[in-house]
Order: sequence, then structure tokens, then C-alpha cells
Amino acid sequence: MNGTAISARQLTRKFGEKVAVDHIDLDIPFGRIYGFLGPNGSGKSTTLRMLCGMLRPSDGHAEVFGLSVVKDAEAIRRRLGYMPQKFSLWEDLTTDENLRFIADLYGVEGDVEARIAEQRATYNLEDLRSQRAGTMSGGQKQRLALAAATLHSPELLLLDEPTSAVDPQSRRDFWERLFQLAEGGATILVSTHYMDEAERCHGLAILADGRVVAEGTPRALMDGVEAHIYEIEGADGSEAPRIIRELPWVHGVTQLGIRLRVLADRNVNDAEAQLDALLHQHGIEAKIERTQASLEDVFVVATRPEKRGN
Amino acid sequence: MATNKFSAAFRRLRAVATKEVRQLSRDRVTFGMIVGVPLLQITLFGYAINYDVRNLATVVQDEANTSMSREFIAQLRATQVVHVAYHTNSSAEVDKLMREGRASMAVVIPKDFERRLQSDTRPVVQVLVDGSQPNLAGVAGGIAMMPLLTRHGEGPYSGGQRMTPRRIEIRTLYNPEKRTAVQIVPALIGVILSMTMVLFTSGAIVRERERGNLELLIATPLGSLELMVGKLLPYVVIGLIQTTIIMIVGSLLFEVPVVGHLANLYAATLMFIAATLGLGLFVSTLAQTQFQAFQLAFLTLLPSILLSGFMFPFEGMPVAAQWIAQVLPLTHFNVIIRGIMLRGADLPEVWPQLAKLAVFLTVMLVIAVARFKKRLD
Repeated sequence: MNGTAISARQLTRKFGEKVAVDHIDLDIPFGRIYGFLGPNGSGKSTTLRMLCGMLRPSDGHAEVFGLSVVKDAEAIRRRLGYMPQKFSLWEDLTTDENLRFIADLYGVEGDVEARIAEQRATYNLEDLRSQRAGTMSGGQKQRLALAAATLHSPELLLLDEPTSAVDPQSRRDFWERLFQLAEGGATILVSTHYMDEAERCHGLAILADGRVVAEGTPRALMDGVEAHIYEIEGADGSEAPRIIRELPWVHGVTQLGIRLRVLADRNVNDAEAQLDALLHQHGIEAKIERTQASLEDVFVVATRPEKRGN
Repeated sequence: MATNKFSAAFRRLRAVATKEVRQLSRDRVTFGMIVGVPLLQITLFGYAINYDVRNLATVVQDEANTSMSREFIAQLRATQVVHVAYHTNSSAEVDKLMREGRASMAVVIPKDFERRLQSDTRPVVQVLVDGSQPNLAGVAGGIAMMPLLTRHGEGPYSGGQRMTPRRIEIRTLYNPEKRTAVQIVPALIGVILSMTMVLFTSGAIVRERERGNLELLIATPLGSLELMVGKLLPYVVIGLIQTTIIMIVGSLLFEVPVVGHLANLYAATLMFIAATLGLGLFVSTLAQTQFQAFQLAFLTLLPSILLSGFMFPFEGMPVAAQWIAQVLPLTHFNVIIRGIMLRGADLPEVWPQLAKLAVFLTVMLVIAVARFKKRLD
């Protein structure tokens, strides 16, 4: 399918005085895994909820499959799978009972039992058929939730921080399944606050304070970061982080083991020399090296406070 | 297409109802309440809400102490109203027992008991009653009438210290227990249903919200009306089960008859259950947590019990209270159920009340569905 699965223009949501989502524009193509990366409270969940018609936009508009999320919410719902942040299936029902219930709600046609069996096989739920969801582990619950959200073969899947309650291995497996779904033609919009997950998306929007502060493929975002990254080795345990942070053109200093990672404004040409001189001045002997930007660097630069006022 | 739409809606409704039953059957406390509440309430209320008073702790001060006075005491005991807990010869002791509340009634038989029986000018026996307890005064008033009968020349002990027919007449006065239960049990159907139905349903929707299931439900094609009706259906059946329990216990324990047709009774009860569930549904759209829902449910329950004519005669209430009572489904159901169960009324005869219940249900459903938007805001 061509065209955009989701498009939003100036989409806004206020809760009283608080602006949770602040005039965002989105264009998300079909068949991709698209990520929302942002800290808690950045408007990820609110945007997802508006897109599946659970919340009315305060301003602006959004279309899913070319249908208005306000007027055509019911029609959109049939073609959409939503997985809330909190496990929302019924803890006192078993795997089969939960899946059967969801199948009935979405009106899954044909051999429903066969479809449920298929989902059980795909999501490794065979052993949990008669187990109540409340007694399952985080990873098991998440597999069940994804099985339920994809039961009616939705064209679009909205996943709100789906991996926040599971172990690393379950996260890896989960992402394998997302790619399989995308290969099968589904469009997936997933919110996360994990950098490694964001890096696996085809496209990405970084959200902060209800705004899209950066957008693009992870590669393009990392290449286009408005900062140069330097790694300083041999300055750990000193006052180096504090004095470097005081430089006006430094966006951030992060300690990574024995190394310091410095985000410097890309307009400062002699950053390396300035850093070297500063450390010398304080009697610190260290090795400075320019390095590749990571997605985390992109995130830090995009969400740094000075920029948000603009 | 229209049939497809209908069958899809029916499938969703049935799915919700099935899920609700499954969850109920796994929630042992709630499941126990379905049977436990009516059993407990009818046994409790059937015995406790009783205009007849029995086994009153009584102190007897028998100054005559003759065979006739002892026979009099024996007759008192036989009424079962009086339980002679203390015997004493001192007036001070009588005062003390009454004041401490250990005795609710005192029977003082004077020395010249037998002589007084012959004359009709002076009281034969003095009965002291604890007026601080409701309903006791009336009972004792009845007891006090016993000696008064002697005025009419028929002493309680004639023909070799045997009771006269008159005396048996008085005893029937003391046997209103059966009549009380007959009034109470039909009304109890309404009270118990109000209690359990509003409590169960008000919690039902709120529970989905509280446990986070609602967020998922909203994102599905499930309609508000389908969700609500699907959730209510199991409780309709539960209400009918409870009605049956109350009637069986009422019949076995309190010998309450069903004069009218059972079909009429169930039809009317069905209407009342629906109205009450509608109220519960409305409450559930006001509350954010199950605790709030329970509080609101109780808020509707108290006026129902106090103003519906279950506790106090409807006619004696101030106009404002009567007005409120008109809004309560229990008020109308009390009229219906007493009519059907005790007077053998047919449905057309209680039609105005049934219509009021139907209006109530419609209004509640409309408000509830309007308030429960398929959105989070």
C-alpha cells in the first residue's frame, strides 16, 4: 500500500491549562515501524490515544487511513490494534478466554478457534492456554497482549511502551515479532524510551514537552546531529566534568565508564583544542578524540532546555 | 448488511456477558454474596424487623405469691412475649434492674391480687415498661389490657383456674409475628435486590476502569450500549435467583404465602431488577473508583429503605419526602409486590407502578449511555 497511514496537522491536546501535545505534524507511511522516542510526559501516550479516537484533539486534526480520528473513530478501530502501556487484558481470564473475547469484540471471521491457535503458536502461548493472565510473568503478559492486539490482523498497530515491563531477552524477541508483522504489511507505531529500540525503527520522531523536536530515520538523525561528539579518556575521577560543563558551547557531559562523552556545539571549530587547553590548565592529562554521534546524543541535543523555548 | 451488523453486535454483547459470568464465578467473595446476602438478610430481617416483641427480659415482683398469681405468671410466660428473667420481692430491686436495662419490663403483682380480681375499680397488676425501646410500649399496653378484661366480668381465671375464651382472644393479639413477616418478606425482595443489584453493577463498569481494562475496551469496536447491556444481563439472572431464594426462605421460615401468580411476580420483579440495574449503571458512570461507586450506591440505598414505605408508612411522610420517594424504584415495587404476593393482584392492576419503573429504567439508561462516552476525556 502506498501513501501515509497516519497524518497529523497541528495536532494538539490540552488537559486544563497543561498542553500535553503541542501542535505536532506527523506523516507516517504504510508498512513501516515508526517510533516515538521521548521521556515520560512528553506526549507519546496522549498522541497515540488521539490517533485511535480515545481522546478528542483540542486543536488541529489527524487522519488514519485517510479517515478523521474524530468523525470516523469507529471505522478506524476495526482496522487498528492498540496495546496500552499498562497490561489491559483480564487478569482473571485465561489466555484462551482473553483471546476469544477479543476475537468476538472485533468480529474475527471464519474459523475463530483456528485463528486463536495460530496466534498461540506465533506468540509461544501454547503452554499458557489455560493459565490466568494475572499469574503470568511480564514477558508472557506482553506476548499475550500482542497476540490479542494482532488477532484481527490490523493494518495499523499502536503500541504504547510495549517493552517497559519485560526482560532484555523478551524485548529482543518482541522486536523480532514486530519486524515479522511489518514484513507482513502492517504499519507499526511504537512509543519507547529505550534508545536501542528507537534505533531499530525505520522512522523516528523525538518528542519533548508535547512537541516533535527531531524527526527522520535514526541514521539521518545521528548524521545530522547539531553537535560534535568528543570522548575524553583518562580524566575520570577528576573535576573535569564540572569544568567542562561550564563551557558555554557544551550541551552535555556524560560519564561512560572511564570515558567522558562531551557534546559540543557544531559551530565551534576549535572545540578539541579548547578542551585540551582547559584540561591542561587544571593539570589533567587526558586523551581527546572526536567520535560518531549516537541516538542518545541526538536525544540530548534535541531535548536540551535552551532549544525548547523556540 | 443490517443483519450482519446486528449479529456482530449480538456477538459482542454475548461476549461481554460471558466474560462477566466467568469473572463473577472466579470472584469468590462476590459469588458468595449472590447467595449469601439474600439468605442472611431475609433470616436477619425476617426475625429482627418484627413488630411483635418476644422474650422480653422481665422482672416479676409477686407480692401475692398465691397459686392464682403463679398461674397468672405462667400464662404470661406462655405468651412468649415475656421471659421471666428475675424474681424479686423488693421494689428497689425492680427499679435497679429496669434502670440498668437488664429487664425491659416489670410485672408487679400486689398482695391483694385475688381481691382486686373480683372488684373492677382498681388495677389488678402493674406493668412497668422501658419506654426507651421502640415498640415495647405497645406490647406492654397489650399486656396491661389483660386485667382490664376483668371489668367485663370475665376474669381470666374462672372455672377451676382455666383460661376463658376471652383470654385466648388476647393471646392472638400477641401473635402478630406471622403478620409482620407477611408484610416484611415481600418488601424484603425489593430491599435486597436494591442492595445487591446497585452494588454489583455500580462496581462492574468502574472495575474495568480501575483495572485499566477500559482503555483496551474503548479501542475495540464494542459499543457503549453493548458493553452496558452485556454487563447487566448476568445480573438480571442473579436478581431472579435471589428473588427465588427470598421466596423459598420466606415460605419455609416465615410461612409467607404467594397469593398471586408466580409468573406475574417474576415479570414485575424483572422490571424492578432492570430499573435497579439502570440506577447502578448510572452510579458507575459517576464514580472513578470502586470505593466511590460503593459509597454512591449506599447513598441511593438509604433513602430507598427509609422512604419507600418499607420502614415507615408512606402516607405519614412529609410531602417533600413523598416526592423523593416517587423517584425511587423501590417505592413502586413495594406497591407492586405486596399487591401480587399478598392480594393476588394481576399485572394490569399494578400497571401504573410498572410504567413508572419502565420510565425510570429508560431515563437511567439514556443518561448512563450518554455519560459513558467511548473516550477517555
